[in-house]
Amino acid sequence: MSKYEELVAELAPREFKRTGVIWTVALVVVVVVGIAAYIDQIIQGQVVTNMRDYVLWGVYISNFVFFVAISFVGSLTAAVLRLTKKAWRTPLVRIAEIIAFAAILMAGITIILDMGRPDRLLNLFIHGRLQSPITWDVIIITTYIAISVLILFIPLLPDLAILKDRFKDQPFLAKLYKFFSLNWSGTQQQWFLQSKSIQMVAILIIPVAFVLQTVDAWLFSTTFRIGWDSTNFGPYFIAGAFVVGTGALITITYVLRKSYKLEKYITELHFDKLGKLLAFACLIYLYFNINEYLLPAFTAPKAETLHLNELFFGHYAPLFWFVTVGGLIIPVLTLIFPKGRKPLPLFLIAILVVVTSWWKRYLIVVPALLHPFLPIQGVPEQWHSYFPSMHEWAIISGTLAAALLIITILVRYLPIIPIYRTAKEQGILENENTEQS
Amino acid sequence: MKDKKNNSRRSFLDKGLKIGLATVAGGVIAAKVLGESDEGEMVELMSTDGTLIQVPVSEVEEVPETSDYNVREGYANRKFVMVVDLAKCRNALKCQESCNKNHYITGDNAWLKVYKMQEEKDTAPYWMPMMCQHCDQPACVTVCPVDATFKRKDGIVSIDNERCIGCRFCMAACPYSTRVFNWSEPNQEFLMNDANHMAEHSPDHLGHPSIKGTVDKCDFCPHMIDQGEMPHCVTSCPNDVFSFGDKYEDVVTNGSGESVKLSKLLEDRAGYRYMESLGTQPSVFYLPPVERSDAFEDGLEHYKEFESVTKPTAP
Repeated sequence: MSKYEELVAELAPREFKRTGVIWTVALVVVVVVGIAAYIDQIIQGQVVTNMRDYVLWGVYISNFVFFVAISFVGSLTAAVLRLTKKAWRTPLVRIAEIIAFAAILMAGITIILDMGRPDRLLNLFIHGRLQSPITWDVIIITTYIAISVLILFIPLLPDLAILKDRFKDQPFLAKLYKFFSLNWSGTQQQWFLQSKSIQMVAILIIPVAFVLQTVDAWLFSTTFRIGWDSTNFGPYFIAGAFVVGTGALITITYVLRKSYKLEKYITELHFDKLGKLLAFACLIYLYFNINEYLLPAFTAPKAETLHLNELFFGHYAPLFWFVTVGGLIIPVLTLIFPKGRKPLPLFLIAILVVVTSWWKRYLIVVPALLHPFLPIQGVPEQWHSYFPSMHEWAIISGTLAAALLIITILVRYLPIIPIYRTAKEQGILENENTEQS
Repeated sequence: MKDKKNNSRRSFLDKGLKIGLATVAGGVIAAKVLGESDEGEMVELMSTDGTLIQVPVSEVEEVPETSDYNVREGYANRKFVMVVDLAKCRNALKCQESCNKNHYITGDNAWLKVYKMQEEKDTAPYWMPMMCQHCDQPACVTVCPVDATFKRKDGIVSIDNERCIGCRFCMAACPYSTRVFNWSEPNQEFLMNDANHMAEHSPDHLGHPSIKGTVDKCDFCPHMIDQGEMPHCVTSCPNDVFSFGDKYEDVVTNGSGESVKLSKLLEDRAGYRYMESLGTQPSVFYLPPVERSDAFEDGLEHYKEFESVTKPTAP
């Protein structure tokens, strides 16, 4: 077996072993439970949630923001690393692009789960008004989904052609790979078009990703609400997305490296680089957090003080400090040391970052709704607070499992690490259709 | 109400809208069209300056009875406003009761609430009725992605519940917390034992019926205006807290039927709008709670912290 064949064998998609199958089945079960809960929500109405007229957005919206945030760095890192031609990116970009695609797709679905009348979804297009931030969101999310597909798909072409040949004995799979490889044969013309397209999409995705996060922030800051009505929100959301996106990338990279034994390709150097990136992201986010909380606390208008007291010392204080210390302080303090950037500690920190990021979105959405301008009066006592109902947890778990399922399926059938590119970088290409770009 | 109807200039309901208008050559407005349109027959009409003139019937064209009333545009040349006199409010809650009943509210959050207000320990407490402020710069309308909530020319902010997608952005945007959501099937049928109980939803009468998964709120009662009446809260208040009227006419009328000049009332009583600083420009004015005849504490008798809708029970 030549070096090239060996490489293809190691990087080509492999059938799941027992763990993989159990994992997939478990995800499917969680998704099915989520779908069942959602059907019940459709039948009974959103009375099955714990949202009410004051906390009118809950965990669906915070989960939506979480997905949107994850989708950011997945593809931004990919695009920036591509454009800056950093060689160490090679084994990471595709994972990042897969995460971005799964996250933005689930973000689009999650926002629909929050709608009181999903049956009227088309009204957004029939009666859509450009002045509404929701319309901006619809436009930018669909655009981002399209670009995420392109930036995942176009670089895949040479690999799909390789896989088409490798899976000759599995006609169905070979057919699929052949179909999606778009007759890739590695001609000069094809290489030219491909590299041009990648370049274009990689440039395009950067402003689109920034707009996506910003519009997402504007869903909140275009209102009068205390805690949302902030000019800091756009960059605050971008920085937060940078953090959680990097965290998700590290987590999933670590798991794939372990389960596919990719230590040869994804080395400690990669984790070191990702660790530095995460520390950098956390520092930027910390800066925006200080802006977001310290200035209102300093001038202390009455309504702001009430809101901040609730976060700093009140009902939400344990969660707030968990999110702030666990999601920002601890990662920075750990990751400044080289030992903290070794795969395992970095993996643990990344999990902490992803979990705290999820709760961070919850803290952005919910407490602000509990401090309207007028006092909360004349409504049942339960309406004075909010914690997700079983239906909401089931549905949210379903969306998270669905995102992981999308990633799992893509990982099962696509080469996680670009085969062609890796072979080229190692100088072991056999097929002499050399790149001309 | 009687005086008002006699006074055509200040008639609360602009009857002129309802009467078929006829135009003739020369720009004369016809009040009535007599007889068939025989050749040569003359008809007597009153011109706008009040003089009687003769016009050939053949020149007279009848405009169909159906006025071009558009529910999204509202009444032409009207601008509805409300004045809430906080000095008179003693939390009798008749307004809320009547509003709940006439909008068939079955949820837990009334469209009209009387807040127990006290900004700080050292400032005076007072009762403040709060309903949709029908802002001229409505935050809810700005953010609605599908034009389901809209601003009419007559000042009313209403909702098309047949179009609303239930995103609740309007509720997040409203600084007055006056919007409510139909979290479940409203089940109002047993309340609507009139012939219209399965009536098509109309932005002219929100809550009749309410629709699951959509937003509701105070509609300023166009269905009452249409009958020449005033909103339910105005007429049901025993203390004449509410006055309702037309800004263009510069007149508001309270529940007892007393009409006053709006601009003078606001000037004399230092009227203001709630949270003017937000720039929403509400159509509801408040008169400060000064020189009250009743003690604030008297209102506590009816105050319920956790209830604003007495649940109607099915028979």
